Amino acid sequence: MTVLRETWIVFHRAMRLSLRNPMWSILMLSQPLMYLFLFGPLLKPITAQISQGTTTNPYQVFIPGLIVQLGMFGAMFVGFGLIAEYRAGVIEADRVTPASRIALMAGRVLRDVVVLVVQSILLLVAALPLGLRAPWGGVLLSLVIVALLGATFASLSYSVALITKSEDALAPLLNGIAMPLLLLSGILLPMQIGPTWLQRLSDISPLKHVVNGVRALFRGDIGSSSSLWGLFWVVLLTVVGLAVGARTFRKESA
Amino acid sequence: MMIEARGLVRTFKTKRGPVQAVQGVDLDVTDGEIVGFLGPNGAGKTTTLRMLATLITPTSGTATVAGCDLGKDPVGVRRGIGYVPQSGSTLPEAVAGDEVVDHARLYGVPKAKAIADGRRLFEELDLPGLWRRQCKTLSGGQRRRLDIVMGLVHDPKLIFLDEPTTGLDPQARANLWEHIRGLRDRGATVFLTTHYLDEADALCDRILVIDHGKIVASGTPEQLKQQVSGDAVRISLADAGQAPEVSKIVRELEGAVEVETDGDVVGFRIPRGGSVLPGLLRSIDAQGIELQGVEVHRPTLDDVFLTMTGRSLRDEDTTTPAAEKDAEKEAVA
Repeated sequence: MTVLRETWIVFHRAMRLSLRNPMWSILMLSQPLMYLFLFGPLLKPITAQISQGTTTNPYQVFIPGLIVQLGMFGAMFVGFGLIAEYRAGVIEADRVTPASRIALMAGRVLRDVVVLVVQSILLLVAALPLGLRAPWGGVLLSLVIVALLGATFASLSYSVALITKSEDALAPLLNGIAMPLLLLSGILLPMQIGPTWLQRLSDISPLKHVVNGVRALFRGDIGSSSSLWGLFWVVLLTVVGLAVGARTFRKESA
Repeated sequence: MMIEARGLVRTFKTKRGPVQAVQGVDLDVTDGEIVGFLGPNGAGKTTTLRMLATLITPTSGTATVAGCDLGKDPVGVRRGIGYVPQSGSTLPEAVAGDEVVDHARLYGVPKAKAIADGRRLFEELDLPGLWRRQCKTLSGGQRRRLDIVMGLVHDPKLIFLDEPTTGLDPQARANLWEHIRGLRDRGATVFLTTHYLDEADALCDRILVIDHGKIVASGTPEQLKQQVSGDAVRISLADAGQAPEVSKIVRELEGAVEVETDGDVVGFRIPRGGSVLPGLLRSIDAQGIELQGVEVHRPTLDDVFLTMTGRSLRDEDTTTPAAEKDAEKEAVA
């Protein structure tokens, strides 16, 4: 399979560059770590309420949200890297090769997914001393969800980057999308504790269902409707995200 | 035939409405030629080049490039060509050798061969010892040569160079010219764009002059210069008062045109200026007129451009309509 071989070459190159300059990956991880240590303790007094009595450890509720946030935000801004490559002429140089346009995207997305999964594992390890406990199966499935979410947002980000080709356009656009997504996803606090109108509003956001699903997985309710809905939404998002990305890479670099 | 293009047109949508950046270009490039595409910024050079390199789709027209049909088999075209863009082709943080090897592998070159070929090209293009260097640590000339290595590493039959020496100092330019001539010795065909007259003159077997999206002249540098009405001759006199007499003698010469007097200088154009000069000087001497100096200028490609388009290539920036510049910018985008 040429496409797989080409994807591997693009992935390998992207990964090598990420490892050469790991500062970016470290900075991306510092954000959830700060949430973990500086925001997590604030949840302690209200844990029983927000978890509807299932646990007294705030991290049991908060960590699932944080890894979803990592999957989303970590991947959302990868488009900036693509614009840098574009300016350096790398995208152009890639495009004049006979390599599949899909591989040019997929290799980069794969790099982002690997980085995100490693970051998520580090975050989970950091939360262990704080009392995070979760079944292996649930954690593994959650990491799959993070990977799919990362793939979705990375290809959407690349897609927008390739269309706008400008950091100035990309930054406000991404921030404008990121903020409501974060607030309506129930990452910081579960939406169940909010007023009804806010809950209904957040129902629109597929990410809320994904966060609820990951929380259920961490509780060990693998077969529950929450986790199944979460999986459903993340798979749907991934299909849409990758399709949009692939279409843009094909069209913009025909 | 390495390139055979017929009626290439490319229209861009801009805020001021559609702009036809390329308005029906026909061109033929045979194997082993170095062909230069000469024209001011915004003339449609880069747009044409990007169409031929499969980077943008022509609005209309057809072309066969490196033996493959541009519309039906773009992947085949890509396999046969190397493209060295104006913007560079490597990331500043990346290691030069890594970029070259990965690039070659995207063409399907096996890794070991990619490394061997890449290293050999580094030697040939005067980049010894830079294989493991970060691209940002290379000089402008070195990065340009690295771009050329990137374009050559899969051994293409045809190489496109977009403004290869823009931004280089004179020494690096002269050096790069040598390397571009060397490409032909490898058996490759070279198609380059430039807005430098001296570059087109020094490097190209054949020149296509493009202006406002159309090819306005083509031929060898010598053929093009012959289309201009002869060499420019300037005779400086010791006494400006004798200028009318000299002017009269000059007008009697066969083929002399554009005879003008400016103070103590008489200027005119004449074919083969060098061979008419001895006789002319004898006639002037016979009248007892004292001369201060004589200059003969061969026509330059700038004269060609001036003759073809009515404007000089040198003041391109003031004469290029802004809309076309936008179009060219979008072409790059």
